[in-house]
Amino acid sequence: MARRSTPLLRRLLAPSPSPTPSTPLAGAASRRTVTYMPRPGDGAPRGVTLIPGDGIGPLVTGAVRQVMEAMHAPVYFETYEVHGDMPTVPAEVIESIRRNKVCLKGGLATPVGGGVSSLNVQLRKELDLYAALVNCFNLPGLPTRHDNVDIVVIRENTEGEYSGLEHEVVPGVVESLKVITKFCSERIAKYAFEYAYLNNRKKVTAVHKANIMKLADGLFLESCREVAKKYPGIQYNEIIVDNCCMQLVAKPEQFDVMVTPNLYGNLVANVAAGIAGGTGVMPGGNVGQDHAVFEQGASAGNVGNEKIVEKKRANPVALLLSSAMMLRHLQFPSFADRLETAVKRVIAEGKYRTKDLGGTSTTQEVTDAVIAKLD
Amino acid sequence: MARRSAPLLRRLVSASSPPALQPLPGHGGGLARRTVTYMPRPGDGTPRAVTLIPGDGIGPLVTGAVQQVMEAMHAPVYFETYDVHGDMPTVPPAVIESIRRNKVCIKGGLATPVGGGVSSLNMQLRKELDLYASLVHCSNLPGLPTRHEGVDIVVIRENTEGEYSGLEHEVVPGVVESLKVITKFCSERIAKYAFEYAYLNNRKKVTAVHKANIMKLADGLFLESCREVASKYPSIQYNEMIVDNCSMQLVSKPEQFDVMVTPNLYGNLVANTAAGIVGGTGIMPGGNVGQDYAVFEQGASAGNVGNENIVEQKKANPVALLLSSAMMLRHLQFPSFADRLETAVKRVVAEGTYRTKDLGGTSTTQEVTDAVIASLD
Repeated sequence: MARRSTPLLRRLLAPSPSPTPSTPLAGAASRRTVTYMPRPGDGAPRGVTLIPGDGIGPLVTGAVRQVMEAMHAPVYFETYEVHGDMPTVPAEVIESIRRNKVCLKGGLATPVGGGVSSLNVQLRKELDLYAALVNCFNLPGLPTRHDNVDIVVIRENTEGEYSGLEHEVVPGVVESLKVITKFCSERIAKYAFEYAYLNNRKKVTAVHKANIMKLADGLFLESCREVAKKYPGIQYNEIIVDNCCMQLVAKPEQFDVMVTPNLYGNLVANVAAGIAGGTGVMPGGNVGQDHAVFEQGASAGNVGNEKIVEKKRANPVALLLSSAMMLRHLQFPSFADRLETAVKRVIAEGKYRTKDLGGTSTTQEVTDAVIAKLD
Repeated sequence: MARRSAPLLRRLVSASSPPALQPLPGHGGGLARRTVTYMPRPGDGTPRAVTLIPGDGIGPLVTGAVQQVMEAMHAPVYFETYDVHGDMPTVPPAVIESIRRNKVCIKGGLATPVGGGVSSLNMQLRKELDLYASLVHCSNLPGLPTRHEGVDIVVIRENTEGEYSGLEHEVVPGVVESLKVITKFCSERIAKYAFEYAYLNNRKKVTAVHKANIMKLADGLFLESCREVASKYPSIQYNEMIVDNCSMQLVSKPEQFDVMVTPNLYGNLVANTAAGIVGGTGIMPGGNVGQDYAVFEQGASAGNVGNENIVEQKKANPVALLLSSAMMLRHLQFPSFADRLETAVKRVVAEGTYRTKDLGGTSTTQEVTDAVIASLD
């Protein structure tokens, strides 16, 4: 009887062109089974420096901590208090990051106009985190005006317009130096193409304004072109930043990986984040040769306004997804998958959304929902 | 078995349409690629060297398939190939040297003569490099119908001692003793690896397989070690099962198993049974890992080099080694390439046009390989 039912079974289960083969995996799209073979000892907990920061920072980093505990992730946090009004980032914090190699932080408030230079930028320069990466993509279940967005913005993080070299020539006349070096342009281009290669991306777009700043952005473009030659399998093109911003809001699906100098990267990342759902949901981080600091993707220095802090309505999704990137960076892919899946389920369901996504939930409600959706 | 297929048949016949689940936007539905965010360190794209041992029998066929697919993907991996055959007295030191340098190896099977002759070179390699854990992941592949559904078992098998110690002697002519050695050291570390694996991969249950009712001291020691380690992982369920009952349960209710930790011989049998119920040893990925090195090969029955027929007609199934090489890419921290390779292989298996004989088809190794390369995105 068994022998007679097997051909029958086989016929019934025979794959058909459209949905049948897809459904088992579509159902498992929420949790995919892949085979990892960890090395012995890979489960040993790792230390991560945590900087709550200012404004909404403590709220969202608190959310990450709760979710990490709920998952029993093999990560423990060394927390340091740093505020935007300190003159420099305290030496022990830098020490801790050098030791742990990985840091997660909320934003540090930077005063407008006079006052100290941005501690966010200081941290990046001190640790030579020369690449900032923001992944802007449509989240399933979150309707936006633009579909099919999947852009990774790789932004040079240490020079350009953010060199911080300004001086008053004569009273009433200020010069601000924008510095572009071959060294930094080359390494950011190398990182962008290596990223594209490792992640099966098809195209890298360099964003520039070399028609006006012929030497500065020209040098940047030259470096990009040199590196592009070494990756013949990846398409490379260049786009002027003003046209780029317009194209982003008109036809964002043409962009894949974008490599940019410092300022344009900031703007392009914010625009790309905005069209795909907002800076409250996009993950990102900063990486250098030796260290990695994870924070909200775009607009990381934005610490929110008083109202959001008071009502505790900051969106923790961006930092949660960035902490999933961090788990992957620390080589805990299974935990990263679980966290991402839970966060995406909460967003897709749509019941617990903070104000920037059109809902009314508080940070804690969203965090609890994510913890409930962990498997 | 008949009793089990009837409800299955009934369910299939009565099922109207599969449960609808909205495909993720931006994906092509079905076995599409998922987007996750990786932030590689600078320099992560540097090519890595991997030792390649084609082996005997079907070995060169299937390792050739892996080589072709890696090239097609432009994976940042290059192979240092060494010829090793099962009839050599030992594994050449140059090969061991190479694996010690590269830390990672992928190999086809090495033929082991039955009865007299040299000891298995596969075993030698594992002992020399102290690859104490062997891992086989047996799960249903989408689109491949089998008699058992809902199977997702990982068999973690102690790889260096037990019945495979190779210590045999003839006491008097006509009487042979074979020593099965179980040590606390080895049992403890395999139990630790199994629980750590379960913790890292969000598995809920670990089952220890034994025959301690008969071999009270030997398997008893194994069980003791497992129990000690289990007490350190309170959130993971732990139970024990006698190997004969286990074999029966595997073929009647395989969904009760999750991670299984076993000594050497039982592990071999359990892994082969588990592989068999979900489609055969031709498609299950697996590998051997130790503190410092990892050797990837066909999951279960890795020493099986096929028969002459298959080798002549070039109809060996490359799927197992392709999936193992995806595990290897993940081990080398190239997750994106691993995802692409796995997706392509699963698409080919699901589609069903190119299947080798063990899956019910008639394709050759090369046809399956070409199909996988064509399915890469």
